This record gives sequence, C-alpha cells and structure tokens, in this order.
Amino acid sequence: MPDGSPLSALHSIRFKGCETDILCAEDQKVLMAMEQKIHFPNPRPVRVGCRKGGCGACRVKVTKGSYTAEKSSRTHVTEEEAAEGYALACRISPRSDLELEPAFLGPRRPVENGD
Amino acid sequence: MSQEGLLRPGIIQLRVLDMDEAITHYRDRIGLDFVSQEADGRVYLKAFDEFHRHSVVLREADSAGIDFFAFKADGQEAVDGFRKRIEEYGVDVTDVAEGEMPGTGKRISFMIPSGHRIDIYADMELSETAPETHNPYVWKDEPRGMRAQRLDHCLLYGPNLPEVEKFFTEVLDFHIPERVDLPDGTLAIWMTVSNKAHDIAFVNHPEPGKLHHVAFFLEDWSDIGHAADVMTRYDISRDIGPTRHGITRGQTIYFFDPSGNRNEVFCGGYTAYKDHPTRVWDGNHVGRGIFYYERQMNDAFLSVVT
Ligand code: FES
Ligand SMILES: [Fe+2]
Repeated sequence: MPDGSPLSALHSIRFKGCETDILCAEDQKVLMAMEQKIHFPNPRPVRVGCRKGGCGACRVKVTKGSYTAEKSSRTHVTEEEAAEGYALACRISPRSDLELEPAFLGPRRPVENGD
Repeated sequence: MSQEGLLRPGIIQLRVLDMDEAITHYRDRIGLDFVSQEADGRVYLKAFDEFHRHSVVLREADSAGIDFFAFKADGQEAVDGFRKRIEEYGVDVTDVAEGEMPGTGKRISFMIPSGHRIDIYADMELSETAPETHNPYVWKDEPRGMRAQRLDHCLLYGPNLPEVEKFFTEVLDFHIPERVDLPDGTLAIWMTVSNKAHDIAFVNHPEPGKLHHVAFFLEDWSDIGHAADVMTRYDISRDIGPTRHGITRGQTIYFFDPSGNRNEVFCGGYTAYKDHPTRVWDGNHVGRGIFYYERQMNDAFLSVVT
C-alpha cells in the first residue's frame, strides 16, 4: 500500500537467522513490511521478486503464529504445503506475532520437453 | 524484397490468478482495449494501434506464466511451408482448429527445446476499432493508462539454448541481432524475424517453460516517464526503471502484473537488418548490456520468473 497506511493492529515478525524483528500491520503484507524496514546494508532474510504471488522468490515456512493468505501460485505452494505452513511472504498478513524461515526453492528441476 | 514467411509476434496467452484484477491491470493501467470474454472464461484484449482483433489473451489459472506465444505468417501457404519444415526437422506439430479463438484462423502449434509452446497462424479478423486507414488521425480515442501501442516481444527462460537458436534460425528464419556468450556457454539470445531489435528472446535457465516478461511498445521516452507515473499512482509492483537496455538500446521499465507476471514497457531500440552482424556481450560487461545506466543486473533479473 502506498505511503502511510491507516493503522491496524501491529504484530512482530521474526525471521530465522535475522537479528532484527520487524513490525507488520494486519492490513500489510509481510514482504512489504520487510522491504520497508530492512534494507541495504542489512541483508534481507527473504528475497523480493514480483510481490504478487507469482514467482515464488519470497517463499517461506511459517513456524509459529497465525496469518491470512491471499491467492498465490500453486506452482510454488501446493495445497498440502500451505497446510504445513508454507506461504509466499508477499501474500500473507499477520494475525498474531509470526516466526518464519526462508524456503526459496530456486528453479524447479528440468522436465521432459512437451510433457 | 518485402518480408515473407513470419511477420511478427501476434498473440500471447498468459495465465493469471485473478481475472478481475488482471483486466483492471491490462485494460486500465497498460491501456489495452477489452475485446471480449468468451464462454470458457478467456479474456481477449488488443492495443489501440493494432489492426487485428486481439493480441493478449488472459486465462485464469492457479499458477501464473505463459501458455504460448504465437507468430503471424503472411499467408496459409507460408504456414503450410513451416509445418513441413518443422516436421522434417523432427518436431511434432499439433493443429489448433479455426475458431478455437474468436475471429482467428487455424493455427499450428509445437513445443521448442526450452519447453515453451509456439503457435503460427495466418488469419485473424481486423478489429472493429483498428486504426484508421483513410486520412487517419494518430488515434481515434485517446489512449488510456500507459498508452501501449502494441504487443512487442517476450523474453522466455528455459534450457537447451543452442537447440532453441538452431531451430529458430534454421527452421523459422529468425536472425540474431544480439547475444551474451559466457565461457561455459550462451547465456542469452535476442532474435527477430522482422527488423525490430527483437521479437523474442531467451535466457538459459534450468527450469523449462518460464516467462521472464512480456513487453508492450510505447511511443517514446516521455511515455516511459508517464508509465512510471501510472505505476506510482496505482501502486504497481515495479522491478527496475525507467532505464535503458544496452542490448537492443531500448528504453524500459520492468514491472509486475497482479499475478506476478513481469511486464515491460519498451520504446526505441535500433533497427536490425538481416545482413547486420550480431552484437556480442561477454560476462564482464553484461551488466551494462542488461541495464545500461545501473551497469549491473539486479538480483531479480536472473531468478524471478513465472
Ligand atoms: S515475491 Fe514473487 S511470489 Fe512473492
Ligand atoms: Fe524486453
């Protein structure tokens, strides 16, 4: 969302392996909160790609807490994976404090042409 | 001699996660005209300066990406000729019946070694809102949004680049204005069947069938600036730009549609004739080739695809 968004409840987000926790509002996406609050020279714990749930760059596993998730590509998070807590950080908003770890898969394996 | 065989990119079919959001993006932000939505749910759009019925087809699906890219040929005879050459080369060709898309003649369809589907067709109805041809105005209705003039090209990611290059040059008569060669092989090729700097491009990538971006042509650098204003006003996810590519010399912005498919608005670019030598980039300078002002690739260029 552009500029300062209307305030909604804030939750703390912890990324595994990252020193700094960040705050994310309930009406904000976790990835955008991370982009705003963690930037150069600090390394970002999660990759930023399309920000729209299509590319899988921001794939994470939520290990603690509850969140809402908007529609995203099943190529990167299948229904079973979603049930296990996998999500795209650009498509989720917190409903409690969250702990997550990066789960970027990189390019999937080559498959036979035409299949 | 005039251009024969394949003429230009004609159709791209994209997968989108949410059709309503996609229509708002492609119609109101990029500025394409809505042509129709058909019973199977697919939505057809065209740019204001295109003559034929549609060029962009959206299909709602649970993943983003590209279904196929289609080139228009200068007649059915040419399509039949390509069919013969493709089959003789050892690639299976599938028929797509006339009317599978409204207003569109029969197509041939085949898979290329990068795992992408390419179609070729000769016939499509002229649009009811085609540009004027008799004492024409530059436009009839003022262009909307980013004022896209046409579907321009796409950049695809997949494996087997040497085979892709051989197929496009030997079987489909493309030529190669520009390429990136690394010590361990070709990273990327820009190919054209016309004299645009590129009609299609490929980057070597382990996963087949991926879309890096689909590009829409704008009139000039000032319209690129206007497009950037539209992106900020509507909070569109921007990747990089406004900037310039050293490769093709086009001026550009990369951004994303609401499903994460990368789009580009592109203007300029040199004229590429078939008798011109290929421009070659090596690994030490490719950053300037991709983004001329930044002089380095961004993190997303090589890894973010749908
Ligand atoms: S950044 Fe592309 S899916 Fe989240
Ligand atoms: Fe491009």
